Amino acid sequence: MKFLRDLMDKQKPLFEKGGKLESLYYAFEAGETFLFSPNHTTGIKGAQVKDAIDLKRMMITVVVAMIPCLLFGIYNVGHQSLLATGETAGLWENFGDKALIGLQLVLPIIIVAYAAGGLVEATFAVIRKHPINEGFLVTGMLIPLVVPATTPLWQVALATVFAVVIAKEVFGGTGMNILNVAMTARAFLYFAYPAQISGDQVWTYLGDKAAVDGFSGATALAVAYNAGVDGVPVTEALASHNTALGSDLFSFANMFMGWIPGSIGETSTLMALVGALILIGTGVASWKIIVSGFAGAYIMGFVMNLFAVNEYMAMPPQYHWVMGGLAFGIVFMATDPVSASQTETGKWIYGLLIGFLTVIIRVTNPAYPEGIMLAVLFMNVFAPLIDYYVVKANKTRRLQRATV
Amino acid sequence: MSKIVKLKKGFDINLAGKAKQELADFAPAQTFAIKPTDFIGLQRPKVLVNEGDAVKAGTPILFDKALDQVMYVAPVSGEIVEVKRGEKRKLLEIKILADKENSFEDLGKINLASIDRESLVQKLTQSGVWPNLIQRPFGVVANPADTPKAIFISAFDTHPLAPDLGFTLQGEDSYFQAGLDALAKLTEGKIHLNVDGSKSVPAIFSQAKGVQINQFSGPHPAGNVGVQIHHLDPINKGEIAWTISPAGVVQIGKLIVNGVFDASKVIAITGSELTKTAYVKTKVGACVSTFVKGNLNSGHVRVISGNVLTGEKISMEGYLGFYHNQITVIPEGDYYEFLGWAKPTTEKLSYHRALGLLSFLKPNKEYVLDSNARGEERAFVQTGVFESVTPMDILPVYLLKAIMAEDFDEMEELGIYEIVEEDLALCEFVDVSKHPVQELVRKGIELIQYS
Repeated sequence: MKFLRDLMDKQKPLFEKGGKLESLYYAFEAGETFLFSPNHTTGIKGAQVKDAIDLKRMMITVVVAMIPCLLFGIYNVGHQSLLATGETAGLWENFGDKALIGLQLVLPIIIVAYAAGGLVEATFAVIRKHPINEGFLVTGMLIPLVVPATTPLWQVALATVFAVVIAKEVFGGTGMNILNVAMTARAFLYFAYPAQISGDQVWTYLGDKAAVDGFSGATALAVAYNAGVDGVPVTEALASHNTALGSDLFSFANMFMGWIPGSIGETSTLMALVGALILIGTGVASWKIIVSGFAGAYIMGFVMNLFAVNEYMAMPPQYHWVMGGLAFGIVFMATDPVSASQTETGKWIYGLLIGFLTVIIRVTNPAYPEGIMLAVLFMNVFAPLIDYYVVKANKTRRLQRATV
Repeated sequence: MSKIVKLKKGFDINLAGKAKQELADFAPAQTFAIKPTDFIGLQRPKVLVNEGDAVKAGTPILFDKALDQVMYVAPVSGEIVEVKRGEKRKLLEIKILADKENSFEDLGKINLASIDRESLVQKLTQSGVWPNLIQRPFGVVANPADTPKAIFISAFDTHPLAPDLGFTLQGEDSYFQAGLDALAKLTEGKIHLNVDGSKSVPAIFSQAKGVQINQFSGPHPAGNVGVQIHHLDPINKGEIAWTISPAGVVQIGKLIVNGVFDASKVIAITGSELTKTAYVKTKVGACVSTFVKGNLNSGHVRVISGNVLTGEKISMEGYLGFYHNQITVIPEGDYYEFLGWAKPTTEKLSYHRALGLLSFLKPNKEYVLDSNARGEERAFVQTGVFESVTPMDILPVYLLKAIMAEDFDEMEELGIYEIVEEDLALCEFVDVSKHPVQELVRKGIELIQYS
């Protein structure tokens, strides 16, 4: 790697103070520090040695944790597509075709998200003269995983730019933002272009082929909601859904595995849990938020059971765990350390409330079948308030000690 | 009532290069220096000697015009060879070339039974032992006009490669007790002697009289006196406590018993880059070159006075800090590393499992750490980490943010009175975003102190 280093050293004066390309220093610096850990040493006073971790390592760990969801998502996109057109019946039939369809649809979305967001990041870094934020490594991967595979690429680009600028850069970059960036991107798409991210038609890619007779592209959440309106027990409605394609497509096991239509990376609860295992094992995400998030959803589902006035409210609470994007949202979105609650006590409350709110929105709100998106954004806004009271309790303890 | 406190939070940095428990025969240091920068809170130093003057051990060399009773004295007899100043004539070092035979200024023995507090304070401040007393809050040299609510002594050091105080204070038992007796006259409250609850306590501490012995156990920073105070008798706004190291107590004891300022102390010579790591008997402010030169096993090193968490980088001809009880020599880390942030490795030490996921397989592995900064400064992102290495009911990130925002009320309410730099030194080590935590803490303290 000597030649690479030499190349860097040779180019560096161009970008340093007084160099021709001085204004692009931070763009150069981003590339340089990505390739080579810098040769900075610790100061004269203070800690003389430092922990080997840095933000790049931390962020790439999150990306690694998302890979199971991504791979599963790619395959599932192809699987759903062939299933709908009646070209396949078994899970592992036509493996190559499904993977290929998935890749064709998902890869461009990832590339567009990274390119659009990266461009914004670089522009801001150069203009505002700050190092490029590693947080984008994660955002660029999260956004593709929370949109349907059929989303137009220009919408992906627009949403990414919107989210990075409005949700992050205007506040000062990674670490300063209030809202989760990827969730903001999704919310933007949801409210700006609802036709492409909601309803029954967008979740399954059909291409130019026709779906088999009796096919319905509805998600499990939509089926459950309609069951509540029609007064059919939810489990029955799920079991009898899309029988034209196969039996028990919306069985609990199938939904847990994730062989259902939905956004690219969100369908599989199992893969989200694998991601959770990686995040908790490496200590990158707070296990408190993940545990309390799932617990909150279950508790609220249970409370709904107790006061059930329609069939959706009477649905067994564990179904909330496997339907829609709850698992993915709790594992990857709610645990974003910047927008989540930052105190340890606060994390319990924050996660619990996300679980509560998700189920409440799902069951009682006729407009949005999925609750996790708004629940996370809503709690992002409230996290500082939770922290305020946790910090206040700390101050009060100190004050009481002084006056006793 | 003695207290037993078990701490769980914290982190022991297990470095290679521990000192063997033996006194090595390094050549004695030739020059010694008093560094005014060692004494935090020393505002306007006034030098009392000129280059060429002959001094004895105990001769006043400088004092602080803001606290003019307290004298800073020569650790050895000899000749003042240099008064070194830096930018804006800031006083950096006063160097003394030591005599072959050390001679002492006769300060007069002290009879503790008959002396009153005022005269004792007078003696201690004039003789040069006073700067051993540190005031909390702020961590500055104690003001003789104050009466502290209690005095706290940490009888063990949990910093990386820290010396075993039972070994460094061997044979000083009677001086230690005399020092404690003198301290008892300075406070109306208790003297807390905090020992390591996880090991057998050396007799010098366990036999001490007139003190409350408390046991602390747990990973670093369990040995930090600030952490101990927090669990024994926390400092609130308006209160003053003093702290002192056991070596400082011995120095006071020697003044009481022998009537001299005896600056000798045993320090640990540690670090992965030294061929021979051991203890050595020397004096406060000794030049470290004779301990380091010819003792290195690699070329490009950093010499640190003190430990790797709170110490200060000095040159190969640098001087031991007044409060330091060890020197550490580690590799200098000014190199580039290809994809250094991404490579899987077992050679790097990390508190975080994102890098040290499998480190539990080798719990006793000794690491060689260099001075590389391991990344660049970023905004705070990861949460909950600082709290997990700070065994106090304090929210370090909120406190640091209050300091950055210069919010005085917030700093006070979040407990700035309870900490000094060393208490949050581990936060600086584990910080993902590489903030200069200790520098920030001092900035906050100074804001409050001089407001």
